[in-house]
Amino acid sequence: MDKSVLKKSLEELTRSELPLESFYRERISRFNGEINAFTEVREANTDCHEGPLKGIPFAAKDNIHSRGFRTSCGSRMLKKYYSPYSATVIDRLGRAGACLIGKTNMDEFAMGSSTENSCYGASRNPWDTRRISGGSSGGSAAAVSAGLIPFALGSDTGGSIRQPAALCGIVGFKPSYGLVSRYGLTAFASSLDQIGPLSRSVKDALDVMRVIAGRDPKDATTVGAERELFDHNLEPDLSGKKLAVPKEVLEYEGLDGRVYGSFMDMIERIRQEGGIVDEVSVPSIKHVVAVYYLIAPAEASSNLARYEGTRYGFSELSSSYLRSVGITRDMGLGEEVKRRILLGTFTLSSAYYDAYYSKALKVRRILDSELSALFGDYDFLVNPTCPVIAPKVGEITDPLVFYLMDIYTIAANLSGLPSISIPAQPADNMPVGFQITGPRMKDMDVLSTGAAVEAISPFLKDGIAPIPERWDE
Amino acid sequence: MFKTVIGLEIHAQLSTPTKAFCSCPADTFGDTENTAICPVCTGQPGTIPVLGEETVRLSVMSALALNCQVSEISCFDRKNYFYPDLPKGYQITQYFRPLARNGFIEVRVGNGRKSHIRINRIHIEEDAGKTIHEGASSISASGKQGGTLVDLNRCGIPLVEIVTEPDITSSREARLAMESIRDILRYIGVCTGDMEKGALRCDANISVINTRNGQSSNRVEVKNINSFRFVEKALDYEYKRITQAMKDGKEVVKETRTWDLASKTTITMRKKEEESDYRYFPEPDLPPLRITGSYLEEVKKMLPELPDEKIDRFMRDYALPEHDAVVLVSDKELSGFFEETVKVTQRPKEVSNWLTGDLLRILKERDMTVGQSELVPDHIVDLLRLLDSRTISISVAKEIFSECVRLGKMPSNIVEEKGLQQVDDEEEIESAIRQAMKDNPKAVDQYRAGKKAVLSYFIGAVMRRTKGRADPAVAGSVARRLLEDD
Repeated sequence: MDKSVLKKSLEELTRSELPLESFYRERISRFNGEINAFTEVREANTDCHEGPLKGIPFAAKDNIHSRGFRTSCGSRMLKKYYSPYSATVIDRLGRAGACLIGKTNMDEFAMGSSTENSCYGASRNPWDTRRISGGSSGGSAAAVSAGLIPFALGSDTGGSIRQPAALCGIVGFKPSYGLVSRYGLTAFASSLDQIGPLSRSVKDALDVMRVIAGRDPKDATTVGAERELFDHNLEPDLSGKKLAVPKEVLEYEGLDGRVYGSFMDMIERIRQEGGIVDEVSVPSIKHVVAVYYLIAPAEASSNLARYEGTRYGFSELSSSYLRSVGITRDMGLGEEVKRRILLGTFTLSSAYYDAYYSKALKVRRILDSELSALFGDYDFLVNPTCPVIAPKVGEITDPLVFYLMDIYTIAANLSGLPSISIPAQPADNMPVGFQITGPRMKDMDVLSTGAAVEAISPFLKDGIAPIPERWDE
Repeated sequence: MFKTVIGLEIHAQLSTPTKAFCSCPADTFGDTENTAICPVCTGQPGTIPVLGEETVRLSVMSALALNCQVSEISCFDRKNYFYPDLPKGYQITQYFRPLARNGFIEVRVGNGRKSHIRINRIHIEEDAGKTIHEGASSISASGKQGGTLVDLNRCGIPLVEIVTEPDITSSREARLAMESIRDILRYIGVCTGDMEKGALRCDANISVINTRNGQSSNRVEVKNINSFRFVEKALDYEYKRITQAMKDGKEVVKETRTWDLASKTTITMRKKEEESDYRYFPEPDLPPLRITGSYLEEVKKMLPELPDEKIDRFMRDYALPEHDAVVLVSDKELSGFFEETVKVTQRPKEVSNWLTGDLLRILKERDMTVGQSELVPDHIVDLLRLLDSRTISISVAKEIFSECVRLGKMPSNIVEEKGLQQVDDEEEIESAIRQAMKDNPKAVDQYRAGKKAVLSYFIGAVMRRTKGRADPAVAGSVARRLLEDD
């Protein structure tokens, strides 16, 4: 059984006269108007290298830099910013033969869960274009889900790969922090950001990880000698695997009954395969949203300080430097970004540092220790990726409602853990994600178990996430 | 009675081949603006700083040379503020857990006394760019008049900030401490110490205590002091300003002032309430810096003999007065030259006299270093031999020495070429004196009447006639004999 779009693509490549790239370009030009997944599609660099991914086109979220491409980060501030250098992941994929043909839509500076915060407008969910694609890597998820590209890169700070993957019915993988270089990823919250693949099967995700993972001298937070981590085959086997479901997850009042149903359906299937699933307690999970919205905005307030119009990007001059900075940022940045910058500036101010930021770091450490204790007894932590199915565009206006949508994905970022979202039983014809999180550096185990769950998921066809009929021509 | 309390914050640019967090060259002084830059040090989105090994090595060397305890783990933090020459909107520094703590230096204050100045901390940080405010008459790149330009070449050059305890009790001592730190950093090769080029910069904190009533003034910080002379001047000025205010019963405002070159005074830069909140927090892009015991040992082995030890050794082994030792040691090259020379001649005091006297004077006139001059130790060895054998007089020796420095010729060759051998032929000297006695009978009378000081007139006359080649001692004894005999 062939479970890999990439492998299939490679086979097609050798068979067909038509370059694979043209095939996808044609689909993009036909469908992107409705889906709004891409911010830019460009001629690829002419010379494709020899390598395991030779000739396979891919897309990258518009916060990942590729020399010569525009990297807007979904912001008016950088709408005309052309990257003077390439991200390490882009270089590595290029050397492996893959060719970048486009950049995908996102919430401004990756702050959001719907891509509605993009200066290009929201990307549409291929399963129902009235609905959001999720976010912040919503453009990547929508593009892969609609079959406009074999795979795409996203970035995940609080769930930004896994949540849109879940809402669009594809696989989204966030590796352990430090496995993939962040060099060339526009920083949102540096201690949480991690690049990962969005694809239509776990095997595809693994193929991409084999290329992009590994220590990078340009990113001191990458860890050494871990590239071989992915030089193994998937071993999809659930028998005897011990999975923990925190009761705090199931007790959360925001959990949609339909999503709960889909989740319990998958739990039942796992048990039938010999997996052991227990309900456990991880008390600090209740605090992850609060902790995240203290730490991430704090780092963001500093990371985004460079966008002040002196050297590049949007600029509005006024009578003094500080006035210019104020006006430039006021006009160049969107509401949600400004809200988080203000929040972060406040929590880092010397008068409140101890009360907020410092306390959040303490809770982050408590979460770490609770999770490592849990992983002493269990192989994985499982939960729905997102508590709801994709809302309609414009349906949610309260930022807090969006913040709470991250409740199940945040812990993996706070503790730097590998975590994957696999499509499960859909609800009302909309995809639902099943999330598996493992101990740090056990990425290969998470992928293997992800493949096992994928194999028993009623959603997938031939082991591959299906393209909605509307785009399946 | 007033007592001064001074603490220094010294920023030293490290002589690393590259900037602290990217691979741009760090030695950019004099380069065309904005040429030593890259995506990292210009703060392009998505770039990440990576700490260079040389920055660590030179910082650790500095910490060890200043007798600090190096922390096994130190961390980087971000200092956030907006300024056009700060491309990331924050400066990477070490705020919460610095590289090293608890050091000290011994500052020689004269007469063999040393002041013990404690060092509170040393931490690593990155330099900012330069903001150039143009006058209204000039036109900036954007075509506007009186614009502000930014040069990012300096941005990201590694610095160590050295913070002393407030152990300094006078402006002179502050200057000596500053010089002493400069000498140490130069000795270990981590910083050029060039204040004029901004490689070394100094901020000073000063407060004054009225010892009669124990009242203490607020602390004033003086920034932008860019020469050793100004350290002393700025602090002198502040001392006078603060004590005057205290005498007048006025409050000394807690503020940051800056040394104003034009007025030779300090002026208010910003008041306490105008200080910004830097929102320090741990730098997530850089893992903690771990310094292992074995690494420390390795770096310790690279440390050369430090100035203070060397001064002590020069005084002990060469029996030099403190002043000589201090002057020789203050210039590493010069002290090396001294030791090389003494190895051959074994006459340290005489060598020191030549080096600290004539040589330094000539070098200063010609604005060069020992290494740049033509002088080699053999020149001095040869010169001393010529003096010993009384082949040349001391005044001829000085003339020859100057030629050695300029032209690098061997003294004995110069003597040969120019026929500068000392006249030890008593007949020639005798005839010169007889001539002088004939020319000036009045002087002869004076001498004979008991005015013995006139003797020097006759010696001078001999020197003039022999063009300085006569031995003054011989000339003296011959003159005495002739004047007294006849």
